[in-house]
Amino acid sequence: MLLLIISVFIVGFAILLLRPAKDSKYFKFLSILPFSLFLYFLYFIPEIQSGQNSLIFENQWIPSLGISLDFKIDGLSLLFSLLITGIGALIYLYASSYLNKDPYINRFYCYLTIFMGAMLGLVLSDNLISLFMFWELTSISSFFLIGFNTTNEESRKSALWALSITGLGGFFLLASFVMMNSITGTFSIQELLSQSEVLQSNYQYYVLIAFFLLGAFTKSAQFPFHFWLPGAMKAPTPVSAYLHSATMVKAGIYLIARFTPILSDGEVWNFVLMSVGGTTMLVGAFLSVFRVDMKSVLAYSTISALGILVFLLGIGSETALLAAATFILVHALYKASLFMVTGIVDHETHTRDLTVLSGLKKKLPIVAVCAVIAALSSAGVPLTFGFISKEIIYGSTFDFDYWTYNSVWILTALVLVTNVFLTSAGLLVGIRPFFGKLPEKFENIHKPDYKLWLPIVILSVFTLLFGICPFLADQGIISSVTTSILRSSVTQELHLWHGWNTILLLSGATIVLGTMLYFVIKPSHRTIERFDKLNEIGPKRIITIMANNIKIFAFKYTRFFHNGYLRSYILFIIVFIIGIVGYKLFSDVTLKINTNDLSPFRIYEFVIFVLIISAITVITLTQSRLTAIVSLGVVGLSICLIFVVYGAPDLAMTQFAIDTLTVVLFVLVLFKLPAFLKFSNTKNKIRDVIVSTAFGILIAMITLQALVYPSNKEVSKFYAENAYILAKGKNVVNVILVDYRGVDTMIETIVLSIAAVGVLSILKYKTEDEERRE
Amino acid sequence: MKKEENNSRPKLDTIILKTATNYLLPLLIMFSLFVLIRGHYLSGGGFVGGLIASIAFVLHSFAYNTKRTISLFRFRPLFLIPMGLSLSLFSGLLPLLISKPFMTSIWFLNKVDVIGAFGSALLFDLGVYLVVIGVVLTIIFTISENV
Repeated sequence: MLLLIISVFIVGFAILLLRPAKDSKYFKFLSILPFSLFLYFLYFIPEIQSGQNSLIFENQWIPSLGISLDFKIDGLSLLFSLLITGIGALIYLYASSYLNKDPYINRFYCYLTIFMGAMLGLVLSDNLISLFMFWELTSISSFFLIGFNTTNEESRKSALWALSITGLGGFFLLASFVMMNSITGTFSIQELLSQSEVLQSNYQYYVLIAFFLLGAFTKSAQFPFHFWLPGAMKAPTPVSAYLHSATMVKAGIYLIARFTPILSDGEVWNFVLMSVGGTTMLVGAFLSVFRVDMKSVLAYSTISALGILVFLLGIGSETALLAAATFILVHALYKASLFMVTGIVDHETHTRDLTVLSGLKKKLPIVAVCAVIAALSSAGVPLTFGFISKEIIYGSTFDFDYWTYNSVWILTALVLVTNVFLTSAGLLVGIRPFFGKLPEKFENIHKPDYKLWLPIVILSVFTLLFGICPFLADQGIISSVTTSILRSSVTQELHLWHGWNTILLLSGATIVLGTMLYFVIKPSHRTIERFDKLNEIGPKRIITIMANNIKIFAFKYTRFFHNGYLRSYILFIIVFIIGIVGYKLFSDVTLKINTNDLSPFRIYEFVIFVLIISAITVITLTQSRLTAIVSLGVVGLSICLIFVVYGAPDLAMTQFAIDTLTVVLFVLVLFKLPAFLKFSNTKNKIRDVIVSTAFGILIAMITLQALVYPSNKEVSKFYAENAYILAKGKNVVNVILVDYRGVDTMIETIVLSIAAVGVLSILKYKTEDEERRE
Repeated sequence: MKKEENNSRPKLDTIILKTATNYLLPLLIMFSLFVLIRGHYLSGGGFVGGLIASIAFVLHSFAYNTKRTISLFRFRPLFLIPMGLSLSLFSGLLPLLISKPFMTSIWFLNKVDVIGAFGSALLFDLGVYLVVIGVVLTIIFTISENV
């Protein structure tokens, strides 16, 4: 399994080697990758059905920290894997035609493949840390996908929005994962399942679920974080289709479903999910019907659908979970289909404006049929899969009986209103462009390529197939999804016909009211402008203000700490060291200075001492740079002498050579500078004296303190004894460098090389811009 | 400062330094190699050896000029860096051939005169030596040419 995910990433980067102009016609073959993965995951269905709850693939990563790359397949992760790879395969095929003229199509496929790999890793991970890693990777790769049209400023801006909102949520998610680990001591989701009571009885439980849900809500665009999702419409349509139907935004849903058996306490958890999900589904559905842009309608209806899913997970009963599992599949099928239809319409007519489009069924008959099927499925008309999911959603609000009796009606009404609006939104995209009179300017549009319409035909076939034979979907995967969330086997089944009852009445009412609404509300540019004014006071505005303030703060902060003067960097570093080390030294350590162990003062040391002191005096008083540098060299060489006196010839040699080179370097650099100027005033001098004195005292204290503690001689003894036996060397220092710690040395040489290349690139290869300026 | 001197250091036109450098350069390089080789038994090693060799070249560049020093090499000192790095890596990979872990030292059984025992550690040190020369000379020459 690990190999599989890694190979997806490798293939992703390998795609970059294809050249867009020449190899464009081969890009359709890339859909073999997700398709073969799809077949691979299909092969797990019998195993999951046969009652085997989960298959674990274990791979160690950092065992000492409990971080692993374990992957788990159960109903839930299998459903998502199938959606990711299955719809992925269709998207790959679709995009090969949709973007075939794009000069960066290879990059597009690279991002898409990495995104797919990240999503697969996310839904399959059984370890919190690896899950988080893939989670962030989906944010990053979707950032590239949304901002794919890099020349469009709006596109870049939306990508940044999406990244910052989901990234912000990611921080909270990581915090909640760390809290889970600190409470239970494990990063494994499998092990957390048995520890749910420990988690829920902990006093940090509420903070934990707050952080966790913030992460999940931002990702799946719940109110009030919903606004990044319509912005993400700036992505190429295949990306929107993929992100909205099977992946990205469903990641939050996946996460909530995955952690429901662990974190759900039956009260607070459910209440929060129901209220947030309920608000989101209403807001999304309401806003969706007033849009003019087809993609925009779909974006808001996606928000609403995500709200419904969170709402259902919030209800948390067996029916509700079954409804959620079904709706994930239903929504993926019809939403992917509608997005691809939008893409075709856009591709052929170069507009997505609903006020302009009509009568396209004459020109695009196959697309029209598929669009109608998808729209009917979203409306929940019988014989489509959407009908079954709608029935069971109503069923779950009906079963809701653990608050008061009234709440049943309130919840049902909520869902009804949402569904009415969603029905209307579905018809808006699926019916409106295709019926009515065909405008003249669309008379000559050409037929879409088979790569564009084949995917939606496949999706429509599945929508009808599951709609007529729901047991196929149910026994295939849905029931095992519910089982893996519920942690006990499910008793309910999906049926085409539930009999004449209130629920059927509600379904009928939804369709009728939705259709009426469709005829009442005509898309117009005036209404949409009015709604956009509402956005001014919405959450987007608040977050924009926050983001601007953070930017201003960051700017000021950076100007203060990174002002470009080496002297202030050194000053900051030293002041921080004094602060932190000094605090630790005086708060935790009892200061003891043992003068007995100090060796007597010898004449050499006295000479060196005088040398250093006089050199430093010269440095501080001199008016010439060269003198200052040479005096600094004297200090360095005196330190070499100390090494010689105390018997460290290797160190002395190295220090000697380094000091010589340092002086040379300084001379080279400073020679070109103007004559010595007085930069420092008395105030600065006093500050520097204080800081340097404090630093000197601190270092002296630490040194004296270190003498008090008996040093551990084990290590040096081992090296001394074994240097010749194990490494055939007599010079212990050198043996350590080239043998015992050879890898360290190698890395250090690499660091040195990087420094050299850095200097070379900064000084030698100036940018064209700089050269022009000169 | 005059215009033409802006791009190069003012010449230390001392005949003594030049003559001395001509003799000192090979001597210092030989010394650096000596330091490198004896490192395993006595004070020394690749790092110090590399520094000494670089100082020799820096001295040469002071006596003449940077361009002339670079012309002593067949290639830019920058290329010593990848050479040294790959030599170090190669010495680390050698033990894999006789199925021992990465970076295990392997030694020839017979001692060589002057050098003593010869093994992959010396090869590794030689790599460090080359990297250090490459790094120091790249940095110093770049700065002296461009500042």
